[in-house]
Amino acid sequence: MEPSLASYLALSGILFTIGAVGVIYKRNAIGMFMCIELMLNSVNLTFVAFSRYYADTTGQLFVFMVMAVAACEAAVGLGIIIAFFRNRISVDVDDASLLKN
Amino acid sequence: MASDVFFFIFAGFAIACAISMVYHKNPLYSAISLVGVFIALSCLYVTLAAPFIAAVQILIYAGAIMVLVVFVIMLLNLDEDRRDNRLGFLYALGGGLGLILLAQTFFVFYAVMRAPQQAVNTAETAGKTMSIGQAMYTEYLLPVEIVGILLLMAIIGGVVMSRRLNQEQIEAVVDKELELRGQDEDKDDYRIAF
Repeated sequence: MEPSLASYLALSGILFTIGAVGVIYKRNAIGMFMCIELMLNSVNLTFVAFSRYYADTTGQLFVFMVMAVAACEAAVGLGIIIAFFRNRISVDVDDASLLKN
Repeated sequence: MASDVFFFIFAGFAIACAISMVYHKNPLYSAISLVGVFIALSCLYVTLAAPFIAAVQILIYAGAIMVLVVFVIMLLNLDEDRRDNRLGFLYALGGGLGLILLAQTFFVFYAVMRAPQQAVNTAETAGKTMSIGQAMYTEYLLPVEIVGILLLMAIIGGVVMSRRLNQEQIEAVVDKELELRGQDEDKDDYRIAF
């Protein structure tokens, strides 16, 4: 007896919700970045669960692509965070208000 | 039965680590909790007969991306999140959005439970590393090549974004920032970080 597809989807949805709420709650750019990674991972879980229950390898290929995009996002995103820290001496997103006035 | 128990153990671990990640104000504790989520998800991939994805999850996420994140946290010497002067309605907005998303989740759960159960065809070949490799280099060759170019672009972008400024620019930036904040702190503390 295996856990059903629906239980994997429920877990994925709960993790995605925690990630989405975290993006709003966190004011630290790195914290928001980590919450985005959590959301990407919850979607990966959905892909793998569907791939298992429909016996189709394509889902796992998409997970591979998502991981590659997440790695790109990590490289560029952390570069942006470092550049932002150099200009504002902080990674608090509330300090990113240069375009406000 | 055993896989049910495994599922609930690792699902509970993943959710607990995710909540701990959002809860902790220290970015380093958040990062360690996120590694816990990745490891729990990797164990779930093993129970879903996806050993390749489980290995790649540990290698890329827990191994590469999180090391990079922890490295940046330590490089920037971040302290705890300060929670003053934040607009209060954002917390209400976050809570409301979370409730809506959770409701949608359980709607999907309900819909999938109600859907007619088709016979699950868990063929032994699905998810084996060889079939992934074959699909990757025949049917999905073009997307794999595009991902390679995307990674190259990300490397160049990362280098360009985090390039070092020259000394005059650094001094101008630090002086202007400290003037804006009206502080008389020791500038050398900040310059060390650059």
